[in-house]
Amino acid sequence: MSVESVVSPDGKKLTIVIKGRFDFSSHQLFRDAYERFYKAPDTYIVDLKDTTYLDSSALGMLLLLRDHAGGDESEVRVINSNSDVRKILAISNFDKLFDIN
Amino acid sequence: MSALAPAHEALTILIADDSATDLLLLSTIVRRQGHQVLTAANGREAVEVFTRARPQLVLMDALMPVMDGFEAARWIKQLSGEALVPIIFLTSLTDSADLAECLDAGGDDFLAKPYNPLLLAAKINAMDRLRRLQATVLQQRDLIAKHNDYLLHEQRVAKAVFDKVAHSGCINAAPNIRYLQSPYALFNGDLLLAAYTPSGDMHVLLGDFTGHGLPAAVGAMPLAEVFYGMTAKGYGLTQILREMNAKLKRILPVDMFCCATLLCLSTDRRVVEVWNGGMPEGYVLEVTTGKRTPLASRHLPLGVLSAELFDDRTEVWPVALGDRVFLLSDGVLETADANDRLFGVERLQQVFDANREPDRLFDDIEQALVAFRGEARDDVSMVEITLRSGLATRATGPLYADSGQSCPRDWSVNFEFRAETLKRYNPLPYLLQLLLEIHGLRAQSGALYSVMAELYSNALEHGVLGLDSLLKRDAQGFAEYYRQRNERLAQLDSGYVRVQVQVVPNGAGGTMTLRIEDSGPGFDVEKVLAQPMDIDRLSGRGLGLVRQLSRDIRWSDGGRCVCVEFSWEALA
Repeated sequence: MSVESVVSPDGKKLTIVIKGRFDFSSHQLFRDAYERFYKAPDTYIVDLKDTTYLDSSALGMLLLLRDHAGGDESEVRVINSNSDVRKILAISNFDKLFDIN
Repeated sequence: MSALAPAHEALTILIADDSATDLLLLSTIVRRQGHQVLTAANGREAVEVFTRARPQLVLMDALMPVMDGFEAARWIKQLSGEALVPIIFLTSLTDSADLAECLDAGGDDFLAKPYNPLLLAAKINAMDRLRRLQATVLQQRDLIAKHNDYLLHEQRVAKAVFDKVAHSGCINAAPNIRYLQSPYALFNGDLLLAAYTPSGDMHVLLGDFTGHGLPAAVGAMPLAEVFYGMTAKGYGLTQILREMNAKLKRILPVDMFCCATLLCLSTDRRVVEVWNGGMPEGYVLEVTTGKRTPLASRHLPLGVLSAELFDDRTEVWPVALGDRVFLLSDGVLETADANDRLFGVERLQQVFDANREPDRLFDDIEQALVAFRGEARDDVSMVEITLRSGLATRATGPLYADSGQSCPRDWSVNFEFRAETLKRYNPLPYLLQLLLEIHGLRAQSGALYSVMAELYSNALEHGVLGLDSLLKRDAQGFAEYYRQRNERLAQLDSGYVRVQVQVVPNGAGGTMTLRIEDSGPGFDVEKVLAQPMDIDRLSGRGLGLVRQLSRDIRWSDGGRCVCVEFSWEALA
């Protein structure tokens, strides 16, 4: 499991890439990935391309990110989820809160 | 670190050797290295000294009179128990078999004669490191065990408190509920609640909080309180859901929420109403056809959305006697095998398909999980509720302590609920509370609530909303009926339901007349009443029920107005 974060050159977009299992053990790393930036980006992208599994505490972490990014005003996109991960997101109806594709 | 450097800590070292010269020589070397020395001339003496003085390390000659070093080593190892007391054999033996015996007897190392002080100091230091490591491991093990005992004790206490709250319902008493849940499911965040409503319907909640341990258990308490309190007062699913969501949203941190399926199973009306937010699909299992209707998650879990955004829409499905509703937690689907593959929905479906005996469904699923994984997980929750006929059990409602001396005996009250109110407010719990102020009516509260609920929903659905109950003749039309109900209610901008309650005393007893009037077009009363009360028909169940439960029912104003009477005698 690893969490990497990349800011776009104009500082407006933060991409967080999670590899492996996305569960409670990634809690601190995931928070650090967006809390350490002094200037808040406009858009957050969570890239799950290499995420193999996601549990309910990971859903909680996504809610924390959404809250950090401005709650209902936030723009958080969740991209590249595989079919297993998408199933978990679908059961929780997280597509009602996040832009998921 | 130099081998000649003194040990970190002066040790007490026992030296056992039958040669006085060797003993003196070795004692001198060891003392010079900063340790305290105890001596013994044979194995028996060594064991005696050990028992008395508990040295931390032993240098033991192998061959001695009275008791040799091997036997003494076995005794000392036994006496020292879990603590590591290193034994270094002093030996002129060179044969591998002899040296191996030193280790087999419990020795940790050996030192060849003649003694090399440098090597001896290094070995004593090395053994001392091992000894300390062992001591640290034991200390930490004991600490962990202590913490674990403490935690288990706390959990037992918390669970005992919670059980008082959670099991105030009918989960264990209802004959038509079967469930499987680890006794410590609470600490996995799993929650199962069931209770009767005043009209004899049953509310069931299967929930799953994010996370584990105490944090997961903490939210369960207020959720259970809301569930039981509001169910007993006659609130419907949507109000209960709104209250639960608002409460959890208020008290839980942002990253905690509760996935939940809440359902209302009505034997009288032969329907199940369901709201699923984030739980795996449950099922309605039809006993005659074997058909499975999935109860899919349509909503975000409880505690995520604000009250304004929360979606309380439920789905309603017809059920027949013998049909079952089956709910499960994600522990079932996420049971993993040795290769990290998940059990999943498909395998669960296969178990359903293969099941021939509905009563054995639980066992079949458990067996399939064990076969898949090899052992059962402790966060697997399943519940099955069967629709059974027979006298409905009803919520007894709150207990009243008043004597009835001050109860209101001669009064009336009128309400008019208009479009904006009808859309989102359910007046029934309030009306029931009001009517239960009448002492004499409390014994009939269940029947009273059922009749009131049926007449109110007739006035609203057939009267104000103009829905045709004939739609409900088959399962498909049934779903369509409830779809139309939601749609028309959302668009409602005129119309009313009027409720009049009139109470008059009659000797020591009295009579309550309930009059419900709606703004709809009315209906042909005689034609509807002439229809047979077919028990298995999906439509028109309400009137049959009302006619069973109340003594006197009259329509007027072309079906727009209905009156029922409830009477009571003097209280004993």
